[in-house]
Amino acid sequence: MDVFHLLWLVPTFPLAGFLILALFGMKMPSRAIAWTGTLSIGLAALLTLWMGLHFLTQPPDGHHYRQVLWTWFDVNGFAPTIALYLDPLSLVYIFVITFVGFLIHLYSTAFMRGDEGYARFFAFMNLFVFSMLVLVLADNLLLLYLGWEGVGLCSFLLIGFWYRDPANGYAARKAFIVTRIGDTAFIIGLFLLVKQFHTLNIQDILMQAPGVWAVGATGAFWAALLLLGGAVGKSAQLPLQTWLPDAMAGPTPVSALIHAATMVTAGVYLIARTHVLYSLSPAVQSLVAIIGVLTLLIAGFSALAQHDLKRILAYSTISQIGYMFLALGVGAWTAAVFHFMIHAFFKALLFLGAGAVIMAMEEEHDIFKMGGLRKKMPMTYWTFLAASGALAAIPLITAGFYSKDLILFDALASTQGSVYLWLGGFVGAFITVLYTFRMVFVTFYGEQKKPIAHNPEHERAMMIPLVVLGVLSIVGGWVELPHAWAHFTPFSHLLETTLPATTLKPGMESNEWWLQLLTAVIVFIGIYLTWVAYVKKPAMVTAWRETAFGRACHQFFYKGWMFDQLYDVLFVKPVVWLSRIDEHDFIDYLYEGFGRLNAWIHAGFSRTQSGYLRWYLLCIAFGLLFIFSLILFV
Amino acid sequence: MMTVPLSVQLLLAVILFLIGLLGVLIRRNVIFMLMSVEIMLNAAALVFIIGGSRWHQVDGQAMVIFILAMAAAEVAVGLALILQVFHLHKTVDVDRLRELKDE
Repeated sequence: MDVFHLLWLVPTFPLAGFLILALFGMKMPSRAIAWTGTLSIGLAALLTLWMGLHFLTQPPDGHHYRQVLWTWFDVNGFAPTIALYLDPLSLVYIFVITFVGFLIHLYSTAFMRGDEGYARFFAFMNLFVFSMLVLVLADNLLLLYLGWEGVGLCSFLLIGFWYRDPANGYAARKAFIVTRIGDTAFIIGLFLLVKQFHTLNIQDILMQAPGVWAVGATGAFWAALLLLGGAVGKSAQLPLQTWLPDAMAGPTPVSALIHAATMVTAGVYLIARTHVLYSLSPAVQSLVAIIGVLTLLIAGFSALAQHDLKRILAYSTISQIGYMFLALGVGAWTAAVFHFMIHAFFKALLFLGAGAVIMAMEEEHDIFKMGGLRKKMPMTYWTFLAASGALAAIPLITAGFYSKDLILFDALASTQGSVYLWLGGFVGAFITVLYTFRMVFVTFYGEQKKPIAHNPEHERAMMIPLVVLGVLSIVGGWVELPHAWAHFTPFSHLLETTLPATTLKPGMESNEWWLQLLTAVIVFIGIYLTWVAYVKKPAMVTAWRETAFGRACHQFFYKGWMFDQLYDVLFVKPVVWLSRIDEHDFIDYLYEGFGRLNAWIHAGFSRTQSGYLRWYLLCIAFGLLFIFSLILFV
Repeated sequence: MMTVPLSVQLLLAVILFLIGLLGVLIRRNVIFMLMSVEIMLNAAALVFIIGGSRWHQVDGQAMVIFILAMAAAEVAVGLALILQVFHLHKTVDVDRLRELKDE
């Protein structure tokens, strides 16, 4: 039997898990909840691994497999199908979603233990995995949009998971509304595509687009721009990045799964999936690269000033997705997907490690109140260090080096690349090292400032995911070695059956080694500088922060370049003001009039209900008299 | 045999009915109200008799028997209820029995 026929089962397992937990979760014992929630993703992950192996050894015809389940609806020839489409790009994504998702679910079984919303948590998480799988497996853009909105909903539900605190509800609404701005652009883009192609089937559109639009055509420009709007919202890129740091209000596994590993990279997936549109509109593609560079720099600087462990990681996520956008913008499609995969490994691990630290510190998020955890939590420390190394791209030994260096090289060497883009990414890489190791040194080194209440190192369900992801953060990069070393590139070889290869400027290949050397040097300089600043002479940083300039800088970066304040003045305040002055318009009078009339009639009727029996009888008597008079005299 | 005109017969029934109705409306004592209801029932029964004699049929008289039986049952239930009300509230004044009104 052909194993690919089982593709429909991959999203079905999480859906079944969600249904069971949503319907019966309230009555299930917590062990059963944990088993159902984790097993549903585990089975999907196993199936994905099995299918992935088949895909590598005996790829299906044309390197893709399409499974039509049924026709969604059929209106006037426009008939989107519920169909799944498996190709190397979606294979990489479903592998990360199910595999990393499984590890995070496993971790959550211990992390969320004792929470009153245990069943609700796993139900939402399963629903999220289902929606995300629909998103990446969708064969047409409408089904993709369904998954897109599904993950947005789950993100909203899980950010506001602890809904009793109004701040969490506010963060959830903020995330939902800000991404909604992008989603609106996205759906307008879909209307445009339907109008042009009369179909939303992705492969059909990609096939026909070069025939319909010339390079630089207006139609292609708007379609690509509007889809980019959706991608920017979902992936928290400039100018819609403000929701992600606040989204850290959710439980830490949620941040790991949704706001680091999978959902926020949906924008990257969308652009990679519709890459033909971007190739047809070079202006928008350059915009993608510029957005990426600006975002990674802005978010990097913001991460440098944060105190909250999870907010550092949130800004770092925005910054790393900026790298992926940079790669997409210079036509290095495979590099973007490669960095997505590696990022999912190490960023999920960083969040899970942060969760363990926060658990040990009794919900303390401020890294400056932690310190010295290296000895007490060795396993968390070493895995966290491995992931931090990957984030900072320590050469040779960590996976992040291979993926980030590829992006930096392509930013310079690709035909669409330029020295400015490379410089932005290069400075960003240096900043990354600084904030990463600032986080590591402050949290794990120095003297211990707070005793450990409950050490999560004893929780096996929490430590196994850390170790597995830690190993992947080291070895994950070896599937794609730099061209300058060896021609061992199975990852891009696989993806290039779907995505076009990066076209390099002639004669650039030879430059790769010194670029690598340069990045390697700044990584070690960065680590040394942070070591000096936060371990050896912490007084130096404190002194700098006391100066007026230092404080202003710190405040500016701490608030994420004041984007929240800017949007507050530009959008939120005017809308509130407008709705306030428009509070009593004539429509209100109309409806208030209805209400008043009702209240008046009601008051009249209620006065008849006096409670005197004889009064009721009199009313009945007069009523009868009235009816008889009608019969007799009319 | 001198017959009373139909209109006079009906007038008597109407007067009886109005007396009963007035009694129900004016009296505050539940027992008197019950008695007034009986008068109204009798007015209705009288109309049946008049009808029966007018069309020379026995249906009217049969109906009166029904009404009598019903009235007896009604009195039994009504008096029992009044007794209970008196036990609970120590009064048979309807105007003071206003517990159903939502204050």
